[in-house]
Amino acid sequence: MSHEEHKDYFGAKLGMWLFLFTELLLFGGLFLLYAVYLRRYPQEFATAGKQLNWVLGSANTLILLTSSLFAAMAVTAVQRDELRRTVRLIGGTILCAAGFMVIKYFEWSAKIGHGIYPGSEHLKAGPPGESVFFSLYYISTGIHGLHVMIGAALLSWIGVKVRNGQVNAGDFVLLENGALYWHLVDLIWIFIFPLYYLVL
Amino acid sequence: MTSPPASHPSFWDDTGKTGIGSWIFSTDHKRIGLLYLYSTFGFFLVGVLLGLLIRLELMAPGRTIMGPQTYNALFTVHGVVMIFLFILPSFPGAFGNLIMPIQVGARDVAFPRLNLLSWWLYIIGAVIILISLFAGGGAPDTGWTFYVPFSTRSGTNVTLAVFGVFIIGFSGILTGMNFITTIHRLRAPGMTWMRLPLFTWSLYATAWIQILATPILAITLVLVMAERLLGTGLFDPGKGGDPVMFQHLFWIYSHPAVYIMILPAMGVISDIIPVFSRKPIFGYKMIAFSSLAIAAAGSLVWGHHMYTSGMSDTAVMVFSFLTFIVAIPSAIKVFNWVSTLYKGSISLEAPMLFALSFILLFSIGGLSGLILGAAATDVHVHDTHFVVGHFHYVMFGGTGFAFFAAMHYWLPKFFGRRYAEKPAIVAWALMFAGFNLMYFTMQVLGMRGMPRRYYDYLPEFANLNLVATVGSWILAVGLVIMLVNLFRGLRHGEPFEGNPWGGASLEWSVPTPPPTDNFIEEPVVTHGPYDFNEAGRP
Repeated sequence: MSHEEHKDYFGAKLGMWLFLFTELLLFGGLFLLYAVYLRRYPQEFATAGKQLNWVLGSANTLILLTSSLFAAMAVTAVQRDELRRTVRLIGGTILCAAGFMVIKYFEWSAKIGHGIYPGSEHLKAGPPGESVFFSLYYISTGIHGLHVMIGAALLSWIGVKVRNGQVNAGDFVLLENGALYWHLVDLIWIFIFPLYYLVL
Repeated sequence: MTSPPASHPSFWDDTGKTGIGSWIFSTDHKRIGLLYLYSTFGFFLVGVLLGLLIRLELMAPGRTIMGPQTYNALFTVHGVVMIFLFILPSFPGAFGNLIMPIQVGARDVAFPRLNLLSWWLYIIGAVIILISLFAGGGAPDTGWTFYVPFSTRSGTNVTLAVFGVFIIGFSGILTGMNFITTIHRLRAPGMTWMRLPLFTWSLYATAWIQILATPILAITLVLVMAERLLGTGLFDPGKGGDPVMFQHLFWIYSHPAVYIMILPAMGVISDIIPVFSRKPIFGYKMIAFSSLAIAAAGSLVWGHHMYTSGMSDTAVMVFSFLTFIVAIPSAIKVFNWVSTLYKGSISLEAPMLFALSFILLFSIGGLSGLILGAAATDVHVHDTHFVVGHFHYVMFGGTGFAFFAAMHYWLPKFFGRRYAEKPAIVAWALMFAGFNLMYFTMQVLGMRGMPRRYYDYLPEFANLNLVATVGSWILAVGLVIMLVNLFRGLRHGEPFEGNPWGGASLEWSVPTPPPTDNFIEEPVVTHGPYDFNEAGRP
């Protein structure tokens, strides 16, 4: 059999999409718990949800949407073989990711400063529904934050490959898949944000 | 169909290197398949040993060879090893890797490096689980199900064991992604969907379950770890949580997971039966689609593990109804296998004997599953030895025997040598007899009210427990004979060349052992996997 180097773009993207399903289902378990416990503790969820800072939450939503825009623009740029612009756009995405994490850090530390964290005395003294709400909040946003960091690391690695010319107009499926992953991170936040900050 | 020409050396000696590095860093699907075979089967033997010890302890009432805490750890580790280290990864990992790419006519899987990563993740997870057995707190004692609240309070190394299982979950997800992409993208010219061998079809359905169900296990295990490390309280009624939610999440994964275990086994049987009946498979399309039907319906029945956990009556009835639905595609397969046998020219060689006993044992397991699936009868036998007997009939009598069938059927193709027939049949007979003696007795014990996982029991159960333990010894003797015969044969046995069994699927058209790229020339498929006449069989 011949050994010609042959890259299956469609296959690579199919694999990535399958992986994205698994990520959706991972968070699906948390959304399921949210639904069940919201039905059980509607009052407490409302009280607890109002303690979250919706201004910071909205800021983070805007930041993530912008980062996704940069990621999409990076894919277009690499298709036109504008590699320097591609690198700059990937850098923009990573900067947004950093901004998101900084805001998240201030949000979390403010809450922890008020004695609101899993297993805290403050939550034990309060109604059980609030404790459940904040545990879910920390786990959902925590795992999401982890995904933001993984996504940023992934895009940095791809950015280096773009700069070295290993990812270019002729072979950019890696960047496309990286951007797909980043859109997923964004998409999950689009569900977390209203559920925890807005609808309650 | 002879041994590969010198220009295309077999995958054993293509690299010219022989060190362990040429195996554990190889991206060749055949080498990875053998790595999976050795590692998963090694853990199977560990699990067997633990199982024999459990049976030894239960041979007589009271203390026999160990204390209660050791016993608790033993049945937990037996379950964890057998389920997460053997039965879930073994079929896709070992035979999926060895056979599937050749069956679809590909040189390798779609993502060879990811394939190697899957095996490494499996090994890392296995090592973490092994550490959990011996580190500080002692081996986990919660049962393989890790039910809360005990799993969040037990002082043993539950966190570590759960983390190991989490890592192994990733390995399964990557294998699933890889196989779906391979089957979609790398089929040879002429290999239409309706010409795929049924083993590949079953792996395709399995891969979807691996992808869609495993993430739920991952998040559940993360929550157990968070519960233990941070005190999140999501499953703790004292903090507003609900332990039943753990059970829901756990079984949303773990029920579909039993189809990860059984579907590839059904695929092997569908491949073996026509070859040894000298007759095309009956109802090819129905068998292929019933795999998908089992995968789909099987994802909606998890609640039947929880009839006594405090669900609403409506939920119990819905889950019971859905459970009976799964029986339909399972029965379709059994009827089609039997119809394939009808008026066939049956040759009772070792792979066929294992395959035939699969049909019987799986049917017993499946029918006893209906007793458990009906809410009214389940309440009486819930958490008894009846359940233990039931799932061993399906998992061991089903998947285990199918795995042995696959070992006898396919391994000679990769080693170029074969086992001796007579000892293989003796081993099969002993295992079949010992198996039924042990597990049928367990089902009777369960019907009479002996609970599962109990360290001690009432004197009236003593005789039957003794019978079951004797059965375990017969099974073990058969297993040892099988292994010695099989692996000695693969090293020193009679040469195995070409296509002695007359299979018509692609893996029988390649040289023995296959060269690195599997095919000398890219195959063009002109007939179905069971069109024996077109394949020009001997």
